[in-house]
Amino acid sequence: MLAATSEEGGLPVPTMGEFFPPALGLDGTIFEFNRITLVRLLAAVVLCLLFWLAARRATLVPGRAQSIAEIGLDFVRVNIAEEVLGKHHARPYVPLLTVMFWAILAMNITGVVPGLNIASTSVVAVPLILAVVAWLVFVGTGIKQHGVLGYLGASLFPKGVPWPLYIILAPIELISTFILRPVTLTVRLMANMLAGHMLLVTFFLMTSYLFVEASGALKAMGLVTFGAAFAFTIFEIFIAALQAYIFTLLTAVYINLSQEAH
Amino acid sequence: MEGNRVDTTTLAEVTGNIATVGYGLAAVGPGIGIGILVGKTQESVARQPEVAGQLRVNMFIGMALVEALGLIGLVAGLIF
Repeated sequence: MLAATSEEGGLPVPTMGEFFPPALGLDGTIFEFNRITLVRLLAAVVLCLLFWLAARRATLVPGRAQSIAEIGLDFVRVNIAEEVLGKHHARPYVPLLTVMFWAILAMNITGVVPGLNIASTSVVAVPLILAVVAWLVFVGTGIKQHGVLGYLGASLFPKGVPWPLYIILAPIELISTFILRPVTLTVRLMANMLAGHMLLVTFFLMTSYLFVEASGALKAMGLVTFGAAFAFTIFEIFIAALQAYIFTLLTAVYINLSQEAH
Repeated sequence: MEGNRVDTTTLAEVTGNIATVGYGLAAVGPGIGIGILVGKTQESVARQPEVAGQLRVNMFIGMALVEALGLIGLVAGLIF
């Protein structure tokens, strides 16, 4: 089992063991859960609870809570779905994009919440599932629009290219469209959250180490690292929102590209 | 008679993980790319502020694709 920190010369350094905490229950089965799984569950429950409370007695003229929920939902519908797909074509995909955006935002933001301190999207499972869902949706849209062979023909052999170039272009397009899109969606989300978490953990660990163990003038460095930890927490909140936005926006863009004949 | 055999010894060595150097190299391209991307968006918005919304969306899409390469550099060091 990886240790969470490694003491090298007295300076605690976080390792990848941060993302593999010990199992808390049901060891060995596929339902094995650890701290990160519980944080995900908590984020999902809180998100559902907040939206349920806001929409419980929905009125035509909204009260305060309902207004805030409507602003949140309208952000995804107008600024992401309708901006990319157009008002008419966006309707079937708005629920999916809304769920994606809010789920990713809720799970990213747990990285800065004081008790939780782990972004639940920093382990590969959630980004992978969401990217697979996005892949199924954009491939399914293309197949529904053009038929299987029509969709493959439109994506692998784009129009307006002299035919000898198809020999190298088609494999490149195949890899880039059907393999790299979900892979980069996964890696982008996961690596952003992973890097952010490691930065925050490093700065906070160094702050506590410098305040407690270091001697004399080095204690002042603890203030510097604390300031950096503060600044990076604000930065992490921004990155959490940005990554949720980018994931959802790219899913909408891929759906749009599948619908047009490339 | 004993001959003096020269054992090959290391005169200098660098220890540590080469993944850190790999990530440093991987960060050069996306750094330049995002700089150009955001700079061009700034110029374009300064020239024509009414299309700022659409330009901003395109900037985010481009930024996501460029930044992905830097992040794959980070993750590749952890996987291999």
